[in-house]
Amino acid sequence: MRKASSDIAAMEGRRLGLDGIMTILSFILLFIIVVIPIFMIVYNAFFYQGKFDLTLFSSVIFDKENLKAMGNTIIIAVAVTIFGTIMGLFYAWLLGRSDIPAKGFMRALFTIPYMFPPFFGAMAWDLLFSGRAGYINRWLMSTFHLRTAPVNINSLGGIIFVECSYYFPFVFMQVVSALERMDPTLEESARIAGARQSQVIWKITLPLVKPAISAGALLILISSLAHFGVPSILGFSKNIYTLPTMIYALINKSGGSFDGIRQGTALSILLVAVVAIALVIQKKVLSSGSYDIIKGKSMRPTLIKLRGAKYPLLFLACLTLLIIVIVPLVMIFLVALVKAYGLPLVWKNFSFSNYQKVFASTATMDSIKNSLLLSITAGIVCMFLGVMIAYVVNRIKPKGKNVLEILSILPYSIPGTVLAIGVILSWSGAIFKITLYNTIWIILVAYMARYLSFSMKSASASLQQVNSSLEEASRACGATHTESLRDITLPLIKPAMVSGFFLIFLPAMRELTTSILLYGPYSRTLGVQIFALRDAGMIPQAAALASVAIVLIIICNAIVTWITKDRKGA
Amino acid sequence: MEKNQVVLRHVTKRFTTRTMGTVTAVDDFNLEIKEGECFSFLGPSGCGKTTTLRMIAGFEDLSEGEIELCGRPVSIKSKNLYIPPEERDLGMVFQAFAVWPHMNIFDNVAFPLKIRKTPKREIEARVKEALKHCSLDGLEKLYPSELSGGQQQRIALARAIVTNPKVMLLDEPLSNLDPKLRETMRFEIKELQRQFGFTIIFVTHDQSEAMAISDRMMVCDMGKIMQIDTPENLYRKPNSRFVHNFLGESTFINIVLKDGKVFPKGDNSQAIDIEIPAGAEQEMVIATRPNAIKLTKNSGFMTHIEKRIFLTDKTEYLVQVGEQLVKIQTPHRVVFAPGETCGIEITSPGWYPPEDKEAEAERARRQRF
Repeated sequence: MRKASSDIAAMEGRRLGLDGIMTILSFILLFIIVVIPIFMIVYNAFFYQGKFDLTLFSSVIFDKENLKAMGNTIIIAVAVTIFGTIMGLFYAWLLGRSDIPAKGFMRALFTIPYMFPPFFGAMAWDLLFSGRAGYINRWLMSTFHLRTAPVNINSLGGIIFVECSYYFPFVFMQVVSALERMDPTLEESARIAGARQSQVIWKITLPLVKPAISAGALLILISSLAHFGVPSILGFSKNIYTLPTMIYALINKSGGSFDGIRQGTALSILLVAVVAIALVIQKKVLSSGSYDIIKGKSMRPTLIKLRGAKYPLLFLACLTLLIIVIVPLVMIFLVALVKAYGLPLVWKNFSFSNYQKVFASTATMDSIKNSLLLSITAGIVCMFLGVMIAYVVNRIKPKGKNVLEILSILPYSIPGTVLAIGVILSWSGAIFKITLYNTIWIILVAYMARYLSFSMKSASASLQQVNSSLEEASRACGATHTESLRDITLPLIKPAMVSGFFLIFLPAMRELTTSILLYGPYSRTLGVQIFALRDAGMIPQAAALASVAIVLIIICNAIVTWITKDRKGA
Repeated sequence: MEKNQVVLRHVTKRFTTRTMGTVTAVDDFNLEIKEGECFSFLGPSGCGKTTTLRMIAGFEDLSEGEIELCGRPVSIKSKNLYIPPEERDLGMVFQAFAVWPHMNIFDNVAFPLKIRKTPKREIEARVKEALKHCSLDGLEKLYPSELSGGQQQRIALARAIVTNPKVMLLDEPLSNLDPKLRETMRFEIKELQRQFGFTIIFVTHDQSEAMAISDRMMVCDMGKIMQIDTPENLYRKPNSRFVHNFLGESTFINIVLKDGKVFPKGDNSQAIDIEIPAGAEQEMVIATRPNAIKLTKNSGFMTHIEKRIFLTDKTEYLVQVGEQLVKIQTPHRVVFAPGETCGIEITSPGWYPPEDKEAEAERARRQRF
C-alpha cells in the first residue's frame, strides 16, 4: 500500500482544482443531508422555544404506554434475533455443507424474503390468521367446531414469526458464504486428528463461522429494533405498539401538529438510544475476532452425507420455503382477485375488478409514478454522490476524511422513523424558511440520506481495486486530471456505479417506514398507498396493488441479475 | 525384513463433471510403500497425486481397487469397505497449514489427544514433547495468527506427530513457504522421521524437493504412473520423455535415421556420432542434460555458438543443431565467443519417440479441470 502523501490525487487536493471542489462539496452536502436532521432531533428533544427543557422528554419517556412500547420493541427484537439466527444457521449448514439435493434452487428461494418488504408478508399472514376473520382461522373453526380463533397473528408471537421469516436470511447468507469460503482442510485436518463428523461441526466448523453468525445476528437485532412495517400491520388493531409504530401513531394522532412531532422526537431519542446500544455491541463483537479462514487451494468441501435423514430434511426445508415464501405471495395474489374481502377463495368469486379499480384510481397511479420518480432520482443522485465521496475519502484523503466516511454511513444506522422526523424538523421552514413538507422533495431528501451509504460503499470497494497507478499512467501520457478521471477511473468503476444504483433503486421502490411519516396529499408512494388502502378497509385493492409491486420488484431483480451476469462475461 | 506399510492395489478414481464428462483422475495405481520409507508422489497439477493421497487419507472414495494401511484394509471397493479418516490413525499436514485459528497453539496440538480422551497429565507431557521436537516450546499460549508461516507449518507438524502415527501424509507442505525456509523444514521433517520412524508419503510438484527428501518416488502424469524408482535412477534412467523432462533441465534433439546414421532433423549434411539402439524408429528424439553435452574446439558434431548467457554458477550456450537451437551448460572456465565455431559431443542419450501432440492437448485439458 502506498502512503497518502504520495498519491497524486492527494497532492492535487491541496490546490483548489477539481479535487478541492469535490472535497468541499462532499462536506457541504453531507452537512445538509445528514448533520442538520440529526442536530434538529437532538435540539428539539431537549430545547423548547430556545430554552433547555427536560419536561417533555421525561414525560414522554416515563409514560406507561411508551415504556410498554419499548418493552415490546426489545422483546420482539431479541426473540427475532434468537429464532432468526437458529433458523438461518440451520439452513446455512444444510445448504452449505450437506448433500441435500436441489441446493441451487432452494438457495434462490431462501433469498426471496430479501426482495420483498416484510409488510407484504404481514398483510398476507393477517389475511390468514387475524382473529375470527382470517381465512385459515375460519376454516379451522368451522372444521373443528371451535368457539375461538385457534391462532392469533395479531400478537407479539405473530409479529415475531413474520419478522423472523424475513430477517433470517441475514444470518443465512452470511454463514453460507463463510462456509463456502472456508478452507476445507481446516475440517479435514480435524478428521485426521481423530474427530468424528459431529465433533468436527461443534469443535471446528461452528467456532470458525462464529464471527459470521454474530455479524448476521446483530444485523437482525438492529433491523428488528427499527422495524416499522410488520408491527404496524399486525399490532395496531390490538393496540400492540413498538417504538417506531408508537412514534408514527403519536404524529398521526396529532394530525401533523408540532406538538405531536415534538413528542415523536422525544420518543425517537429513546429508540436511537436502544439502537445505539445494539450498535456498540455490534462494533465490539465484530472487532473482537474474525479469523482468516480463506486460504489454500480452492477445493470443494467434503459434503456431509445425510443418509436416512436426507429426505425428511429436504421435506422440512421445502415446507419452510412453502410457508415463508410461497404462502404469503400466493395469498396476496388470491386476495387481489377476490371480489370482496371475506368471500371464500373459490373460482366464482374471482375477478379482475380490483386491478381495474387500482389502475383507474389516480391516487394509486400517482403513487406508482411517485415511487418510480423518487427511486430513480435517489438512485442516480446517490450513485454520483457516492462515487464523489468515495473518491474524496479513498484518493484525495483530505483532513477529516474519517468524519466524511462516518457521516455518509451513519444515517443507515438511524431508524427510518427517526430519520423521517429529523427531515420534517429540518425542512418545515426551520432552516432559511425552506419548506419541503408535504412535497415529494422531502421524501427524496430522506431517501438520499438513508441510501447514500449503499452507493458509497459500493464505489469505495471498487475504487480500492483500481490501483492509483492507472490514473498516474494516464497523467504521464499527458492527460489532465479531469481527463484521467473521465477516461480512466470512471469507466473502471462503472460496474460498481450501476450496481450502486440498483442497490438504492430496489429498496426505495418498496420503502414504507420513512415515506409513511413524510407523505402529503400528492406525494404518496407505492408503499404508503398499499398501507393506506389496507387501513381504509379496501383490503383486496391493497392486495392487488401489492401484487403489482411484487411483479415490478421481480422484473427489476431480473434486470439486475441479467446486468451483473453480463458483466461477468465481459 | 521390511514390511509394506501402505499398499495400493488397482486403485482407480473417476470423476464426472458437467463440463468434461468422465475423467479418470487416477488410473489403476499399484504401489507398495515400505515401513519407514520416505516416498514421494511427483507430477504436474492434474496428474492424480493429490487425489491418490486423499484416497489414502479417506477423504475420497475409490472407484475401483483397494488400499491397505499397516496391514489393515481401509478401503476395498468390491466389498464396500470404507474406514473414515478419523479411524485410520494417520498424521497429515496440508499445504495451507490448516491450523485452527480459534485455538491457541497448545490446543491445536492437544486436539488429537483430547479427541482420544487421553488423560490430562499425559496430554500436557506429550504436547510439550511434540512442541519441543518442532522447536515451538514456549509458544503454547500464542494464537496461530501471531506466528509466521514457517511456525504455523511447525504447529501442523507437531499436531501430526503428537499421536505418534505410523504413516504421515504430507500434501505439498512446503509450497507455501519461502525457498530458504523450505530447505530448513525439509531437514526438520527428515529429522523427525529419523526420531519417530514413521513412513512418509510426500506429495509435491517440485522435482528438486522430491529428489532431496525421498527414498523412492513415483512420477505420474495424467492419472497414470509413469515410473517408480529411487531419485538417482529416475534421473539417470528415465523411461520416458516426460520423466526425463520433469526431473531436471533437459535438452531434446529431434533426429532422423538415414543409412544407419543419425542426422539432426532438417540437416542431412553432417551426422551425429552416437550409437543407435535396437528398435529405433526413423524419427526419434534423443534426450540428454544440458550439462552432459561436451563442448569442444574441433571434435564431434561441428557447429557454431549462437548465443552465450552468463548465469550465476555456469555459462549457458545455445548452438545450432539442424533446425534446432540446443542448450548446453558448462562451467565458467569453458569460454567460447558468440559466433565461434565449436563441436559438441553427446554420450549415451535417452531415445524416445517423437512428441505426441494429442497427449499434450490432453494434459492442457486436464490442467484446466
